[in-house]
Amino acid sequence: MPNVSELQDITTQVRRDILRMVHKVNSGHPGGSLGCAEFIVSLYNEIMELKEGFDMDGIGEDLFFLSNGHISPVFYSVLARRGYFPVNELETFRLLNSRLQGHPTTHEGLPGVRIASGSLGQGMSVAIGAAQAKKLNKDSHIIYSLHGDGELQEGQNWEAIMYASAKKVDNLISTIDYNGQQIDGSTDDVLPMGDLKAKFEAFGWDVVDIKEGNDIEAILTGMKEAKSRTGKGKPVCVLLYTMMGNGVDFMMHTHAWHGKAPSDEQLADALSQNPETLGDY
Amino acid sequence: MKKYIDQGKNDTRSGYGAGMTELGRTNPNVVALCADLVGSLKIQTFIDENPERFFQVGIAEANMMGIAAGLTIGGKIPFTGTFANFSTGRVYDQIRQSIAYSDKNVKICASHAGLTLGEDGATHQILEDIGLMKMLPGMTVINPCDYNQTKAATIAIAEHHGPVYLRFGRPKVANFTPVDQKFEIGKALMLNEGTDVTIVATGHLVWEALIAAETLENQGISAEVINIHTIKPLDDEAILKSVKKTGCIVTAEEHNYLGGLGESVARVLSTQHPTPQEFVATNDTFGESGTPEQLMEKYGLNNKAIVEAVLSVLKRK
Repeated sequence: MPNVSELQDITTQVRRDILRMVHKVNSGHPGGSLGCAEFIVSLYNEIMELKEGFDMDGIGEDLFFLSNGHISPVFYSVLARRGYFPVNELETFRLLNSRLQGHPTTHEGLPGVRIASGSLGQGMSVAIGAAQAKKLNKDSHIIYSLHGDGELQEGQNWEAIMYASAKKVDNLISTIDYNGQQIDGSTDDVLPMGDLKAKFEAFGWDVVDIKEGNDIEAILTGMKEAKSRTGKGKPVCVLLYTMMGNGVDFMMHTHAWHGKAPSDEQLADALSQNPETLGDY
Repeated sequence: MKKYIDQGKNDTRSGYGAGMTELGRTNPNVVALCADLVGSLKIQTFIDENPERFFQVGIAEANMMGIAAGLTIGGKIPFTGTFANFSTGRVYDQIRQSIAYSDKNVKICASHAGLTLGEDGATHQILEDIGLMKMLPGMTVINPCDYNQTKAATIAIAEHHGPVYLRFGRPKVANFTPVDQKFEIGKALMLNEGTDVTIVATGHLVWEALIAAETLENQGISAEVINIHTIKPLDDEAILKSVKKTGCIVTAEEHNYLGGLGESVARVLSTQHPTPQEFVATNDTFGESGTPEQLMEKYGLNNKAIVEAVLSVLKRK
């Protein structure tokens, strides 16, 4: 079981991967990827119970669904660093004939991916279905999912949120990447969503706040708490307060890096803030 | 010509319900979902016998498609149920990304297709669903002709791995397929051999095509009738073999001529064996309220319309 400093080292390397992947093809989404690096690293290296290898059905292990598929760089990097596919394959991100498509897909057979995502708002429904399949299979493992906060503007989420509590899908932990930003600006400017915690609670969910969503200890504590609340008749929502672009000073406190790659100079600056830990691909 | 007996009019949606009942008893991985239309989809017996394998999602079709995709992860075979309009157009992007592009083993089962749901009118009468579904890579599209064939198709698609669109309807129509006939996906059925014209029909227009063939026979015209229950993958071979003999073809479907069976047939013919073709289909229009019979008459989808199309295509040979 990795300790916090080991998770931190993985996170730093994942940040480097994200920046280098996006820079190489001059496209992709670094901001949200960097903001969720600590969380997804913690999920795959500490929080989730995972089998060796990959099979689509995932019986006997926890499963993760990425609904906001545009943060594929962080997802791919964490999967590769966890051993789902060769780390070197990260260099094919967004290239022709790659398994690492711009948005994650099962279509190219990339181990670790169980659903295509990118068109927003669909992942929670999928996660619920997978959670209900686990119940039918008498499999006590947990389904984790991640969603953007802006993504909650898609109405399908609210169908899913209503359904999950009505059907007591209590083996589901859906995390909202609460960074307050979306493509056109802050969520408060684009379409204010009000009190998300109150909304989830009003829909019958148990809500856990992780106020320091880029702090690994806070993530581990918060997710342990979330896990302890599963199996009690309610789905669990984690509001993960994150900083978009975390770990690269000029990418923080702005929505500008949602879908923009750094220049050569910016990459050098960003990498100097995140020294190599596990070795670049 | 070969005589077909109507064993008693029945609705194809009840064929779906009967198929689900059987699957509930024989395949423990089959699960059913429904968006508040259990009565219309005739799946109450499945629910009564397998309550833990039924998911009532309420009036939330997008969520239903996503849940169905998720249920496949863990080995379930989900059958979603709602009207054709809400099974396709309303949830196109959910089907496209979470089911088709994700290669999920979901069976999208759609009742009340076409004009013949009748009095509810155009909001519910989708005539574009075959086109929407056949355009999705990897999607199988099936439109059986009667109660027996719908039941057989429902059972057959559980054994096929991959997404399937199964289309059926509300009204009671002639039931003439042998009760024990095995359903083979993608294999057209030769119903009547003829020499002058080929009629390929899908759905309940197959029965109308048989009536039309009788009428034509009385006029000295020998019509070959083929039941195309699977629109994708299309049985190119059966169609080509027939037109090489007859030299002309009429396609018949309860769907817009844009995007339907007729266009699929035209693609095969134009690339491999150019042949005069006439379309019995709706003419790029929405439907309206009325009884099924009135609508079939007004929109030119009955045996009379097929006979007229045959007479017209014969002149182009």
